Amino acid sequence: MESTIIIEKGIFIVIIFALTMVMAMYSTWAERKVAAWLQDRIGPNRAGPLGLLQPLADGLKLFSKEEFIPDTKNKFLFLAGPAISMSVALMTSAVIPWGDKLQIGGRDVILQATDIDVALLYIFGVLSIGVYGIMIGGWASNNKFSLMSAMRAGSQMISYEVAMGLAVIALVMMSGTLSLREIAAQQSGMNWNVFYQPVGFIIFLVCSFAETNRTPFDLAECEAELIGGYHTEYSSMKMGFYLFAEYASMFISSTILAVLYFGAYNYPGIEWAVENWGVNIANSIGIAVLFVKICFFIFFYMWVRWTIPRFRYDQLMNLGWKMLIPIAIANIVITGIVILLADKFL
Amino acid sequence: MGEILFYILASITLGTALLTILTRNPIHSAIYLVICFFSIAGHYLLLNAQFLALVHVIVYSGAIMILMLFTIMLMNLNKEDETHKSIASKIAATIAFCLVGIVLLAGLLRTKPVVESYFQSGEDFQSIKVLGKVLLNEYMVPFEFASVLLLVAMIGAVLISKKDKQKEA
Repeated sequence: MESTIIIEKGIFIVIIFALTMVMAMYSTWAERKVAAWLQDRIGPNRAGPLGLLQPLADGLKLFSKEEFIPDTKNKFLFLAGPAISMSVALMTSAVIPWGDKLQIGGRDVILQATDIDVALLYIFGVLSIGVYGIMIGGWASNNKFSLMSAMRAGSQMISYEVAMGLAVIALVMMSGTLSLREIAAQQSGMNWNVFYQPVGFIIFLVCSFAETNRTPFDLAECEAELIGGYHTEYSSMKMGFYLFAEYASMFISSTILAVLYFGAYNYPGIEWAVENWGVNIANSIGIAVLFVKICFFIFFYMWVRWTIPRFRYDQLMNLGWKMLIPIAIANIVITGIVILLADKFL
Repeated sequence: MGEILFYILASITLGTALLTILTRNPIHSAIYLVICFFSIAGHYLLLNAQFLALVHVIVYSGAIMILMLFTIMLMNLNKEDETHKSIASKIAATIAFCLVGIVLLAGLLRTKPVVESYFQSGEDFQSIKVLGKVLLNEYMVPFEFASVLLLVAMIGAVLISKKDKQKEA
């Protein structure tokens, strides 16, 4: 029994890993296509039909480039930077419920790598490690621009993590649990949290943009001021790792947005589908629905990137500390009052 | 299995803790401190205290991040900083630390583990529900005191940074 669980989880983890990689790979393709579409261009169209082999060609190019390491005393830290970024980007997916459950060979297979009691805290823990990859890499590069960019990324992530945490507290007060599985299950049908926590959702969304270093908050890799940002000194696949980690974390943060606020794998009529079509078909549709939601958020990330220009650094800090945090605290207080009143009078 | 893991983790904890104070480079010592804290989180996980481990990672690794930022911002990293302290202050620091250690040890030896009562009642004492109830019922007053202390520290920090600005202007 023990070994079957280990094998089951092992297979599941490999599938999630492969999936994250493929999604990140095709996000780079999608980013180019969306950019081209928004700017009335065609975009990549040479490698394969519709340019679908473009990510493979990019990977091949990065692998075959010359590996160049600057003359620095901190070679180990220089190598550790991209490794930390990549591992952290992949770690978050461990607690995400990708679907309810499937019945394979008479036993229930729960579609989640691990269901821990404190999954939400786990996500925040991993997020707070995430910035280390950038900080260490930027510092070990021994380059002033890299260091400046790493400092920007570090202080930005710390600032926005606070607002993000406060936005989620209101959600946790409502759902009464930190387990992502229970939060997902509570949103069955159309009971999505976004309808009950619209303000929290908007704060969380803005903070996710900042946490993943995407435009309009990509001051860390602001080309006009900082050359390439914290990965200026990196070449070949190490730079590829940094870029790839960004897309992987974009995928993961889209997933978290979908799970926390947009009902995860739930869709209207899921109970009816379970009764009439069986658990397997209903939950397979659920997985597909979750992926549609994820793809929408990834598209949203790109859409914003090509619509809103970059903020100035002081604007970014003002937005984080003077706007989002007070709104998030007010949201917590109002949520608390509403929950109390609802308990009393409903 | 658990024992081997414990020894590996313990050696990492002690080794990195020593390296933290022995390294000259302030950034390296911050990074060793981070590794040390992570291995402590690993100890918590070995004891099956998931909540504690994760909160430890969030609070301490976040705090070290800020420490790192400040080290970079405030220290001159071009030459290796070596602060010269008199021998008297070194001895004083050692004695003070030893005294704190003794007090902590004495305090911890006298504690009564409450785990047994949870084993008897069959409650899951790892779960955040039980933890929250204990924290906000039994230990309500110390909990509130701790939060007031944090608030005071925060206001103090804001006040100090405000004063500096007025002087400059």
